[in-house]
Amino acid sequence: MIPSNFSYHKATSIKDAIALSQTHGEEAKYMSGGHSLLPMMKLRFASPEHIIDISKIDGLSYIKEEGDFLKLGALTTQSEMEYSPLIKQKYAIFSDAIKLTADPSVRNVGTIGGNIAHGDAANDQPALMLAMRATIIAEGLNGQKSIPIDEFFHGFYMTALEPSDILIEIQVPKAKNRSGGAYHKVERKVGDYATAGVAVHVELDDSGICQEIGIGLTNVSAVPMRLDRGEDI
Amino acid sequence: MKHTITMTINGESVTAEVDSRLLLVHFIRENLDLTGTHIGCDTSNCGACTIMLNGHSIKSCTYLAVRADGAEITTIEGISPDGTNHPMQQAFHDQHGLHCGFCTPGMVIRSIDLLKNNPNPTEEEIRWGISGNLCRCTGYNNIVKAVQQAAKEMQKESQSV
Repeated sequence: MIPSNFSYHKATSIKDAIALSQTHGEEAKYMSGGHSLLPMMKLRFASPEHIIDISKIDGLSYIKEEGDFLKLGALTTQSEMEYSPLIKQKYAIFSDAIKLTADPSVRNVGTIGGNIAHGDAANDQPALMLAMRATIIAEGLNGQKSIPIDEFFHGFYMTALEPSDILIEIQVPKAKNRSGGAYHKVERKVGDYATAGVAVHVELDDSGICQEIGIGLTNVSAVPMRLDRGEDI
Repeated sequence: MKHTITMTINGESVTAEVDSRLLLVHFIRENLDLTGTHIGCDTSNCGACTIMLNGHSIKSCTYLAVRADGAEITTIEGISPDGTNHPMQQAFHDQHGLHCGFCTPGMVIRSIDLLKNNPNPTEEEIRWGISGNLCRCTGYNNIVKAVQQAAKEMQKESQSV
């Protein structure tokens, strides 16, 4: 299967990518790892006229704790997350989910930012982001903006990102002494999209009483869904 | 839209003019005649097209050739350039880790990448590690044994270096 014709543009910086996107308008799509977009293009579910490759932009691949946040560069691959000692030690919920996302060769290319920006309720990361109450940092024509995760997903493959916006960073509240989470996924076969998935993040106080809880669901509605009523209990 | 790309494949520099939409697996098979890399499902499920790109296993059916500009690529033809078997190939041979052989190039490349990140994997880790490479003949048991043998051999090699 071969995608329909398109023009390919390699962006060398975020500014360059935004300028390319402005030039080519709504017919342009950003591609990072391409492991959601390219399969759709091969199946002709998507036929963008212009592909702006953002995967070669320097400085967007990192995993670090800074201030009150765990900061994830958008171009960090799922494999880099999987093998990160910091993630393994303090953010095991990612390890749970990533092991169940596609397979190792796909994870070597697929990025954390792309998994979220694609806006697919079947992807695993959005549920985690809901559970952990992440903030999405995007850059566009008018500079940077931060978008709370509850305002990010608008509909089937629709997000708060404007056509020129690039998701550049994900900020997750830093792990506390007694916080943690897990991801459980029902799938027909290993590496498949979730039939349904649930991410749960909790924070306990010193006496072990739950102070905060976040519950995100994968693939049960057109958008990644927060289980509000479950959280209220 | 044509693009001139240059990459290193199996140690040799290659320059070519490609269409935007040309997939890397087609470039490797049809432009370079390296037909050891197979096309199975063409939907990034089966892993028959697995190659090494900049040291990581990837599925070349889901990668644009133009994006591999500047990359270093190793295909099954390049893992043991002097014509001898790579320890992973030898292990697949010794343990009967293949029947028809269609999945084998991808399986071997993927298994080499697995051992790079985890030189001494458990059986379970091997099964997870090759979960993106489908084999419809062996039932996987002999493939797992082959990866275990290769892990031992490659650890011996790395200790003797």
